[in-house]
Amino acid sequence: MPARFSPIGIPVTLNRRRFVQGLAAGGVLAGLPGLLHAAADRAPSTVTGAAPVLRGTEIDLVVAESPVNFTGNPRMATTINGSIPAPTLRLREGDTVTIRVTNRLREATSIHWHGIILPYQMDGVPGISFAGIAPGETFTYRFKLEQTGTYWYHSHSGMQELTGMYGALIVESREGEPVRADRDYVVQLSDWTDEAPMQVFAKLKTQSDYYNYNQPTVADFFRDASTDGLKSAIAKRKMWNEMRMSPTDLADLSGATLTFLMNGTTPAGNWTGLFRRGERVRLRFINGAGNSFYDVRIPGLKMTVIQSDGVDVEPVTVDEFRFGPGETYDVLVEPKDDAYTLFAQAMDRSGYARGTLAVQPGLTAPVPALDKVEWLTMADMMGAMGGMAGMDHSAMAGGMKDMNHAAMPMQHNMPGMNHGAMAMDHSQHAMAENPLDKASQTVRHARTEYGPSTDMRVDMPRTNLDDPGIGLRNNGRRVLTLADLSTVGGPIDPRGAEREIELHLTGNMERYAWSLDGLEFGQSTPVHLRYGERVRVILHNDTMMTHPMHLHGMWSELETADGAFQARRHTIPVQPAQRISFLVTADALGRWAWHCHLMFHMDAGMFRQVVVS
Amino acid sequence: MNTLSILAASVLVLGAAPTLAIAAGAQGQHVMEAAGAKPESGASPMKQAAAPAAMPMDAMDHGDMNMQGGSAPADARDPHAYSGGYTLDSGKYALAGPRQLRLADEHSFGTLLLDRLERVDTRDATSTAFDAQAWFGRDYDRLVVKAEGDYANGRLEEARTELLWGHAIASYWDAQLGLRYDTGEGPDRSWLAFGIQGLAPYWFELDATAYVGNEGRSALRVEAEYELPITQRLVLQPRGEINVYGKKDEANGMGSGLTDATFGLRLRYEVSRQFAPYIGVEWSNKFGQTADLARAEGASTRETRWVAGLRFWF
Repeated sequence: MPARFSPIGIPVTLNRRRFVQGLAAGGVLAGLPGLLHAAADRAPSTVTGAAPVLRGTEIDLVVAESPVNFTGNPRMATTINGSIPAPTLRLREGDTVTIRVTNRLREATSIHWHGIILPYQMDGVPGISFAGIAPGETFTYRFKLEQTGTYWYHSHSGMQELTGMYGALIVESREGEPVRADRDYVVQLSDWTDEAPMQVFAKLKTQSDYYNYNQPTVADFFRDASTDGLKSAIAKRKMWNEMRMSPTDLADLSGATLTFLMNGTTPAGNWTGLFRRGERVRLRFINGAGNSFYDVRIPGLKMTVIQSDGVDVEPVTVDEFRFGPGETYDVLVEPKDDAYTLFAQAMDRSGYARGTLAVQPGLTAPVPALDKVEWLTMADMMGAMGGMAGMDHSAMAGGMKDMNHAAMPMQHNMPGMNHGAMAMDHSQHAMAENPLDKASQTVRHARTEYGPSTDMRVDMPRTNLDDPGIGLRNNGRRVLTLADLSTVGGPIDPRGAEREIELHLTGNMERYAWSLDGLEFGQSTPVHLRYGERVRVILHNDTMMTHPMHLHGMWSELETADGAFQARRHTIPVQPAQRISFLVTADALGRWAWHCHLMFHMDAGMFRQVVVS
Repeated sequence: MNTLSILAASVLVLGAAPTLAIAAGAQGQHVMEAAGAKPESGASPMKQAAAPAAMPMDAMDHGDMNMQGGSAPADARDPHAYSGGYTLDSGKYALAGPRQLRLADEHSFGTLLLDRLERVDTRDATSTAFDAQAWFGRDYDRLVVKAEGDYANGRLEEARTELLWGHAIASYWDAQLGLRYDTGEGPDRSWLAFGIQGLAPYWFELDATAYVGNEGRSALRVEAEYELPITQRLVLQPRGEINVYGKKDEANGMGSGLTDATFGLRLRYEVSRQFAPYIGVEWSNKFGQTADLARAEGASTRETRWVAGLRFWF
C-alpha cells in the first residue's frame, strides 16, 4: 500500500492541510494506485456520511474490509455492511432481536452492543462472553431489548473499532417516543488514522509523547518569563519537571495522526443535517472514537440535553459538553438561522470534527477557531490538594487570564477539599448512621501501585462532579458537567450499598503502561460480585488523564460524594485526580468486561473481568 | 586506583544512584511540600487567586505527600481482594480452555534507536561514530542491546557492544544485567555489566553501568542526556559521558582512574519524531594516565569535534 508514513515516519506525501481537514469526499476513491485497485475491484468503496437504517427483529450484518480515503491516501477499513459509520439499528423496546454477524475478514471479529442489558453470552467480548467470530463464520446474537434510548455497537476485537467498526443502536419506546422532535439525527463522532493502529501503539510504547506537538518549549518559557517574570516561569514548570510529567499530556494521539470524523465524514467533507426553520431537531451524539475526547458545541444554538448514555435526564440547557469514547448525549436544538456549525474539537485542541445543520445542502456557517491549549493544573495532578494551592501556581505563572481559569475550579474544589481534609470527621459522623450511606473518603492505594507500573498516586482526590475539566473551565460558555445530570425517575434500585469496591485507575505515561490498581489485565484477577447485591464502586484516578470507564452488562449509577443519586450511566468519565463513586446492582449473571474506553488504554491492560455469580 | 577501589566506587555509585535518586525524587519518592493554603490566605479562594504571586510553591507549608515511588505501607490494599477466588480462566462462567483474551501487556514490542550516527570532524581527522540502542520485550522485562563505536579510514577503531536483560525496578528506572564486548584496534575485552538506566527528575536521561572484566579489570561508565525542545521540532540535546577504569590497559590506551569525559551539544530537527538530522559540537578530554598514554603516542588529550548526523528509530 502506498504509505503516507515511511517506516520511520517521514511524511512522504503529506499535505498537512488536506490531512487535518481530510478529503471532501471521504469514501470516494480518487486516483487509486495499483495495489489498491485490485482490492477496490473486489470490494466496493465504503459508504460514509449516511449510515443506512436497519429495522425489525431480524438483521444481517457483514464484517469485511473495504477501501476508504479520508486523507488523500487510500486505506482499507474494517466495516459493517460496507459503511462508516455502520448501519444505524433502530430496534424496538420489548422485541427479541436476532442479529446474524458474518465475518468476511481474515481475522476474528466480534460485535459488542454498548450499553445494552443482555445475557453475557451475547455481549460480544472475545475471550470473556464468547470465543469471537472466526473468519468465514456467522454468529447469531439473540437478545430481548429491555430498555430504550440511544446506544451504539462496535467491534471488541483488536483495533477494529479504530478502523471503522462502529454504528448507532437506537431502541425506540413501545409506547412511542415521549420527546417530540421534527428531525432526528445520529451524530456519531470518531477518529481515523492512516497508520495501522498497532503500529501507533508500538510507537507510543517507545515514545509516549510521540503525537504531542504541544509540548512545553524553550520558546514558551521565554514568553512566560517575559510576561510573568522569570521566577514564575520557573515555578510554573518546576513541579512538572521534577516529577517527569507533562502539563500538556492531554491525549495520547492527536491530529498528528488522527483525522476527526463526524458520521464518517471529514471536516472538509462537512456532514450536513437538514432542517426547516421552526423545527425542533434531536441530535443523538455518540462518541465512537478510538482515543478522542470531544468538546461539542453549536455556536449560536443552545443545546438541551435530554438523555445521557441512553437514559432520560431532567432537561438541562448548555452551550457545550465534553464526552469521551463510549458516552452518548441526546440534545434538542431549535435552530432559527439558515446554517449552524456542529463543532467538536478534540480535548487536546489538535483538531476537530465538524458538520453543519442547514436549511439546504451546501450552506455553511463559520467554523470557530480551536481553543488554546491549556496546561493541566495542579488540581489535575494533586486533586483537592492542588485545588487549593496548585491554583496559585498556575495563576502565579499565567497572569490574569489564567488566574480566572484557576479561580473557577478552585471554587469547585472547595467542597471536595473539606471532604478530604475532614475525612475522619465525616466518617465518624457517618458511623453513627450507616457507614455505607456515602462513599468512603479514605484513600487506599493497592500495594501494586508502588512499583514501576505507576508514575503517580493521588492522596487527596477531588470528589466534586461540577468540574467541566481542563480546557473548559471558565471559558465563558455554559458547559455540562456530571453534576448537571439527573436521571428521570431516580435509581433503578432503591437499595443502598451493601459493600464497597475501590479500584484505582493507574498508569505510567513514560512506559505507556495503563492498568487498574497498578496491575495490567494479564496479571489481574476478576472482580467478583455476588448475584443480586447492590455494591458501591469507587473509582479513584491516580493519573493525569480522563478515563471513560465502561462496565458491561450492568448500569453504573453515579452518585455525589454525599451519596445522593445523580445519573444512570454505562460509561463514567473519571477526571484526573478525581475520586468518583457509583452503585451497581449485580443482576446479570456471567462474566463481563470492565475497562477504560480509550482503546489504547484498554489494550494496554486497563481492563478487568467481572464475575457475577 | 586499584581494582578493588574502583569496584567499590562502582558499587557505591550504583548503590548510591537509587539513594541519590530518592533524595532527588528520582526513584522517585517525590515528596511534595504541599499545598495547603496558609490560614490567613485560606479563607477565600478568590483572594488567593487575586494575589497569585504572593505564595511561591516552595513556601507551601502543609503536610508532605508522596505522589511517586516509595514502598507500599503494610496496610496497603490487596489488589486481588475482590476476586472471591476467581481467576481469569477458572471458575463459573469461564470459557473452556486456556485464556484467549491477551492484551498488549502480554505482547512484546521492540525498537531500534540510532541515537547518533554521525560524521565527526576534528582538527586532525575525520571519522564516523555510531551509538545505538535496541530493545525487545514487554514493559517490565526486556532484552537490551547497546552498541557504540567509531570508524576511521575504513577501519573499526573501537566498539563497545552490550547485551543486557533490563528489568523495571521503579517508575522511571530499569536495572540492567549482562555482557559487554569491546573490539577495535587494541585487544578485545569482555566484561560483565550491571547498571541502571532511566529518567531522573527534570527529565535527565541517565545510563550508568559498572563492568567487571578479566584479569581484575573493572570500569564504570556514566552517560546523561537531556532533550530541550526549542520548538515542537527543534531539539537541543546536551549529552555528557565519563569513563573510569580500575586498571591500566596500555594496549587499549587506558590508564586507571578517570580516563575521559565528553560533553556535547547536538541540535536536531525532527522531520518526524523518528527521523531527525542534526549538527553539533563535542568536547572531549583525556585525564591522568590515559592522557599520558595519549601524549606518548603523539595524540592530543583534548579535542573539539564537529559532528553532523542522523538520529532515527523504528
